[in-house]
Amino acid sequence: MRFNDALTGGVLVIFAIAEITYTRTFPSLFGQSYGPDLFPRIIGYGLLATGTLLIARGVLQKIRAGAQGRWVALGPWVGQSHHEINLLLVLFALIAYIFLSDWVGFMPMSMLILSVLLYRLGSSISVSLLIAAVTTAVLHVMFAKLLLVPLPTGLLTGLVY
Amino acid sequence: MLLAALFGLFIGSIPGLTATMATALLIPFTFYMDPVPAIACIVTTVAMAIFAGDIPGALLRIPGTPASAAYCDEAYALTRKGQTELALGTSLVCAAIGGVMGSLVLSLTAPVLAEFAIQFSSYEYFWLACLGLSCAVIISTGSTLKGFVSLLLGLFIATIGIDITAGHPRFTFGSVEMMAGISFIPAMIGMFAISEVIRFVVSTAPAETVVQQPIKKVFSGIGIVLSKYKLNVVRGGAIGAVVGILPGAGADIAAWISFAVSKRFSKDRDKFGTGHVEGLVDAGTANNAGLSGAWVPALVFGIPGDSITAIAIGVLYMKGMNPGPTVFLSQPELIHSVFVVFFLANLALIPLGFIAIRFSRQVLRVPRNVLIPIILMFCIVGSFAINNTVFGVSVMLVMGVLAYLMEENGFPVAPTILGLVLGTMLEDNFMSSMIKADGDLMGFFSRPIAATLGILVIALWAVPILRFLYGAIANRHL
Repeated sequence: MRFNDALTGGVLVIFAIAEITYTRTFPSLFGQSYGPDLFPRIIGYGLLATGTLLIARGVLQKIRAGAQGRWVALGPWVGQSHHEINLLLVLFALIAYIFLSDWVGFMPMSMLILSVLLYRLGSSISVSLLIAAVTTAVLHVMFAKLLLVPLPTGLLTGLVY
Repeated sequence: MLLAALFGLFIGSIPGLTATMATALLIPFTFYMDPVPAIACIVTTVAMAIFAGDIPGALLRIPGTPASAAYCDEAYALTRKGQTELALGTSLVCAAIGGVMGSLVLSLTAPVLAEFAIQFSSYEYFWLACLGLSCAVIISTGSTLKGFVSLLLGLFIATIGIDITAGHPRFTFGSVEMMAGISFIPAMIGMFAISEVIRFVVSTAPAETVVQQPIKKVFSGIGIVLSKYKLNVVRGGAIGAVVGILPGAGADIAAWISFAVSKRFSKDRDKFGTGHVEGLVDAGTANNAGLSGAWVPALVFGIPGDSITAIAIGVLYMKGMNPGPTVFLSQPELIHSVFVVFFLANLALIPLGFIAIRFSRQVLRVPRNVLIPIILMFCIVGSFAINNTVFGVSVMLVMGVLAYLMEENGFPVAPTILGLVLGTMLEDNFMSSMIKADGDLMGFFSRPIAATLGILVIALWAVPILRFLYGAIANRHL
C-alpha cells in the first residue's frame, strides 16, 4: 500500500494543524511562560514543515512519472481474496481479543484465534487444533502460573473456581 | 541464561524475526526478574540472535537478522561451494571474539565517561539527546526527511499523557488509560512483531527452500583463517565497537561499514562475491562488537546506542536502575556485574553456537505459517502482561498497523522508537533548561560542554541540508 508522498504529506499537515489548534486549550501556569503546550507545538510545527516538503516532493514525483504516476499503489495482494481475508482475520482477531477476552477468557480466545489462523495459513485442521492446544497450554503455564499474570478466566470461571 | 540463548538462537535463525523483536518479546519475562539477570538474558539472547542470523543467510541466502544481510551473499556462495562449515564456523568464532572485544571497550570506557558525565546538567543532556536523535535520523535507511517525520511522530506519541511542567493531561481525551502515556513496550512489540505478522500474511512470495547438506566438523580450518586475517578481526571489532557507541547506529550498520571497509582494503578484492571468507571475518566481528558498544551510551548517559538498548533502557528504568552517571556512584556493583555478564554471554556463544550450527537445519524446518500465529499470540499476551490491561493490546495493534504502513511507504521505524523512548527525557531537559534560562536561547550554549555538544548537533543538522542544497544546485547546472 504505497501512498504518494503528497498524500502522506497532506495527512501530516492536517494532523499537525489539528494538533497545534488543540494545544491552545492547554492551560499555562502563572508566572511561567513555558507550559505544557510548548513541546507539542514545536513538534506540530516540525510536522507542518516536513509535511509540506513531502507534499512538494510527492507532486514533483507524480509530474515526473507522467502517465505512470499513481496516487496510491496497491500491493500485489489486493484483489486476491485469500490474502485479504487473512489480513482481515488477523486484525479482527486482535480486535476480538481486545473486546471479548474479559468475557470469554484467555484460553478459549487463544484456542480460537490460533486454530483459525493456523488453518487459514495452510495447516490441516487436526494439526491446527493440536498446535493451538499446545501453544495455549504453554502460554498459560508460562504467564499465568509462573509469572502470575492475571489472564482472564472468562467462561471457564465456573470450572476453575 | 541458557534458555535466553536458545530463545535468541531460535528467533535469530528464522528469517524475518530480528534480534530487536526477540528482545521485545523477551521483555514480559524479564519484568519479573532482578535487573542483572534481566540484562543477562537480553545480552545473551541478542548475542545469539545476531550470530544465528548468519545461519539462514548461509543456508538459504536469507539473512535471519538485518545485521547478517551485509555478508549473506558471501556466506551463501560458500555454501554452494560446499564449505558451509567454514562459513558458519568463522562467523561463530568471529562473533565471539567481536563480542568480547566490544565488552572490553564497554568496561574500560564506561566508568571513564561516567566521571565526565557527572558534570552534566539539563543543557548538556538536552544536546546529548538531540545528538542521539539526530544520529538516528541521519543514519536511518530511506530519506532523511522521512526519518525526521518518523522521529517527530515518536516524539509526539511520547507527549501523550500527563505533562511534566504543569501536570496537565495531554491528548488523553478523557481516557484514564491514556493518562499513563503510551507504554513503550506494547508499542515496540507492535511495531516490530505485529507489522511483521501483517507483512507475512499479505505477502505473495512463495516459501523458500533449504539447501540439503549435512553439517560436518565446524571448527576445522578456522585456525588457518583466523591467523591469516588477524588484522581484519581487530579492524572489524574496532569498527563495530565505535559504530555501536554512536547513538542510533547498531549492529547492522556496523556490519555494513565493516564489510565495505574490508572489501576496499582487501588484497583479494576480486574474490569478494564468489565465496570469500574475509568479508565474513570482518563483518561477523563487527556486528557482535557493535552490540556491546551500543551499551556504552546506554549505561553512561541513558541514551540508547540502538533499538535493542532502547528497549533495555526502558527495562532498567522500570527496575529503578536509572541508567546514567549516577548509577556508577550509587550502584557500582550492578554495573560491574553487568560487565561480567557481557563477557560470559559472549564466551558462551562458542559452545552454544556450535550446537546451534549442528541443529540449524532442524530449526529451519519449522514453517513460518505455523510460527506466525504462535508469535501473534505471544505478542498479545506479552503486551497484556506489561500493565495487566487490554489497553496494551490495543496500543500494540495500532502501532503495528502504523508501522506496517510506515515501512511500506519508506518511513523508517527506528527513529519513532527512539523518539518514544527519549521523548520524555528530551522534553524534561528542554523545559528545565528553558525555565532556568528564562527563555534566553543563548543559555543553551552557556556552559562549555553544552556549547560543544550544541555546535556538534547543529553541524550535524547542517550536513543533510547542505547536501540537499548542493544536489539541487548541481542539478540546476547540468
